[in-house]
Amino acid sequence: MAKLQHRPTDDALSLSRRSFLIGVAGASVAFGFAPIEARADAMPLPGTFEPSIWYSIDRDGIVTVNVVRAEMGQHIGTALARILADELEADWDKVRITAVDTDPKWGVMMTGGSNSVFSDFPVFSRVGAAGRIALVEAGAKLLGIAAQQCVARNSLVVGGNSSVSYAEIVRRGNLSRAFSPDELAEMPIKPASERRLIGHKFDAIDIPSKTNGTTRYGIDATVDGMIYARPKIPPTRYGSNVRWIDDSAARSVKGYIKSLILEDPSDTVPGWVMVLASSYPAAIRAADLVKVEWMVGDAANVSENDILDHGSKQIADPKGGALLVDDPGLDAAVRGARSTLERTYTTSSVLHAQLEPVNALAFEKDGLFEIHTGNQWQSLILPVLAQALRLPQERIVMRTYSIGGGFGRRLNGDYAVPAALAAQAIGKPVKLVLTRPDDMRFDSFRSPSIQTLRMAFDAGGKIAAMEHHASAGWPTAVMAPSVMPKALHDVPYDPFAIAGADHWYNVGAQRVRALSNGLANRSFRPGWLRSVGPGWTNWAVETFMDEVALAVGADPAAFRVDLLDGVGRNSGSAPNAVGGAKRQAAVVRRTAEKAGWGVAVPKDTGLGIATTFGQERGMPTWTACVARVQVNRYSGAVTVEKLTVVVDAGTLVHPDGALAQVEGSILWGLSMALHEGTELIAGQVKDRNLDSYTPLRIGDVPELDVEFIDSADAPVGLGEPATTVVAPAIGNAIFAAVGVRLRHLPIRPAAVLTALSQ
Amino acid sequence: MTSFHINGRPIATDAEEDTPLLWVIRDLIGLTGTKFGCGIGMCGACTVHVGGRPTRSCITPLRAVAGAEITTIEGLSPTGQHPLQKAWIDLQVPQCGYCQAGQIMQAASLLKDFPTPTDQDIDAVMTGNLCRCMTYVRIREAIKQAAAEMRKEFTNG
Repeated sequence: MAKLQHRPTDDALSLSRRSFLIGVAGASVAFGFAPIEARADAMPLPGTFEPSIWYSIDRDGIVTVNVVRAEMGQHIGTALARILADELEADWDKVRITAVDTDPKWGVMMTGGSNSVFSDFPVFSRVGAAGRIALVEAGAKLLGIAAQQCVARNSLVVGGNSSVSYAEIVRRGNLSRAFSPDELAEMPIKPASERRLIGHKFDAIDIPSKTNGTTRYGIDATVDGMIYARPKIPPTRYGSNVRWIDDSAARSVKGYIKSLILEDPSDTVPGWVMVLASSYPAAIRAADLVKVEWMVGDAANVSENDILDHGSKQIADPKGGALLVDDPGLDAAVRGARSTLERTYTTSSVLHAQLEPVNALAFEKDGLFEIHTGNQWQSLILPVLAQALRLPQERIVMRTYSIGGGFGRRLNGDYAVPAALAAQAIGKPVKLVLTRPDDMRFDSFRSPSIQTLRMAFDAGGKIAAMEHHASAGWPTAVMAPSVMPKALHDVPYDPFAIAGADHWYNVGAQRVRALSNGLANRSFRPGWLRSVGPGWTNWAVETFMDEVALAVGADPAAFRVDLLDGVGRNSGSAPNAVGGAKRQAAVVRRTAEKAGWGVAVPKDTGLGIATTFGQERGMPTWTACVARVQVNRYSGAVTVEKLTVVVDAGTLVHPDGALAQVEGSILWGLSMALHEGTELIAGQVKDRNLDSYTPLRIGDVPELDVEFIDSADAPVGLGEPATTVVAPAIGNAIFAAVGVRLRHLPIRPAAVLTALSQ
Repeated sequence: MTSFHINGRPIATDAEEDTPLLWVIRDLIGLTGTKFGCGIGMCGACTVHVGGRPTRSCITPLRAVAGAEITTIEGLSPTGQHPLQKAWIDLQVPQCGYCQAGQIMQAASLLKDFPTPTDQDIDAVMTGNLCRCMTYVRIREAIKQAAAEMRKEFTNG
């Protein structure tokens, strides 16, 4: 997912405007930013302020790091604590992490876009360095040595032959220091060669409790006196109204309490009925027996093909949409072209199917409305909760839990709203859990997409221009319009529905146009799903590049390397994209070499290549994949034998965690290419459970060969990029194996057979 | 009233006999390591041992376990040191972790049946356990590592 454009004034992690303070707080020393209202020249005295504490050190030397980012399997708390502890020169065995609840002092709380390490590295390293400097100064005083003659190592300040521990420094008190925003911004950060924790192997702090059943997820939250709820999900996401309810059959269920029609001022869950019971199995059973008749919304008449047809019309109309790139000379180059190649690519809807169904526990206590749930973007849903509950935001707190699968589903916290409304209406704690079918029907799934790409060749047969038009539902337009950036002519657009089309290939004059599919937006709630737009834009770009290579008679790998020349706008820039397209060309070459590109393979077997820059131009993760597949001409079945992936993600903070993220995201790419995909039928997704919706299982896992490029460049995202290369590599490998070109995801055996028969 | 043992502890409950065992374990007994994923036995997150055999607790009615010995992830090893748990940590298997209790319980019975499992054995037995984070590569390696350790323990013991 691309980076969200929050107003910088909202962001507590912004380094530019808040002082960093170190001072005694109770029995510990706290390291935190000054309150929002504090000014650098009017610093509150340490000990009297209540900063947003990023970490603390107690009298036993235990370093506790507060983590704002949500834990959903990426071991993010460990990685961030590691960055901090490296600069702090802390003993890693004394480092702990705490997942914080919502509080305005944290600023924006959002975890997505594969950008936690990328965004937080600068601040976590600098506040760690600030702490080290303060500890060295205080330690030197205790040792009676000049600070310049002391160093910090392993939670000790060492000078000459003597040393004093961080614990001792805290116990002796009087640690107090302030750093201005400028001092913090210019804080010297260690060179890579001096790093003692970053880049080395270490265990993730959250893992042991995930092997013995003790990790607490939202679904495990309880409070005395709570009742359970299961919803009756209306037939359309929008515009449904309850006409009548008949719960006579449900009344025979032991534990059934009542059915509640939600009044929702935020219009998040229109037409919802909450079936309440004293136990969850009773709520499940009762909900099956409650009959509800709805007035339905317009989406009851909308299906997947209507959305794709709408997108096709949008693409055919040269007007409309947002232009990300619109080079002068594009139209002339296309008009004057000796030949053009135009292709259209489509993708089906994709469900999150995160294994923990969405859920929330809500109750009011001591004037505070508490929402207990796992969530990725608390700052997005809190104002909605405030509107729904008709309460000021200050009276709502979200308690943090581990997330049993995020993948973008929990960026949209809509599931917290019905729990809160029911708790408010009934005056009791309500625990809402969606069954799997409820969860799938209420999913903010990945929109179907349609894209048309056109390449124009000049009189000499050289590439002169390229156009890319993409239509899909826009999650950010529907759920967070205020954070949408502007394209050319000040037109707002959803980066998560086009990023990837603005690739790093040199193709002459270029036009990239993003079209918001209004029919999709009105018919369901499009969601952010692992790798978001780049998960389907690159399906088009990278399949198309193979088709163009074929058309000009070039080798697909060499063809890509040639276009990734790093010239002009593709030359890259510091700090995040140093080297530009040349780094992408390097991963293409390395992947081809590793995978045996060009070596003879058996009949009906083929190698296919694809490359992307991950999630966005501003944070490129250079990625390439070679897929080796075998196609069964009689059944149409595609067997993926091996996936070779090379990633250049700059500095790896947590190498094993990075590998885990790449392994998972590769297999997500494979799963979406061959095993997943659903469709909207009359306003509802076709698949409702894991019997018909079938993500990849262990037996379908191919051999994986993953390599990272050794680099000290800025760390970039890793949670999604590898997802984006796999489907086009597989599609291109199918072409290499049996000579048929598939242009729709997912690739089903029936489509392969049809193509083979033509 | 239905009686059974869970992790060696006697339980008697007056919950309705057709209540899925999963909710009895999670909400009445309070052992929340066993997870709800699909409710139709397709994902394996709810896997526990009943009489030593892996069982999908979401589709097992309470009446079916009357008198049975049930083991959940919390009871697999009193110290959390089952060879599978150690291998899971050593190879850093879990990501979100939600399915992992079910994976480990399924793998524990796999190793009883196949002390030296091949990839084919692992694929066949573990195919019913979905991992949405797709940690499959590490699950397979961890099962093999635990199997090796268990054989070593057996030889030494």
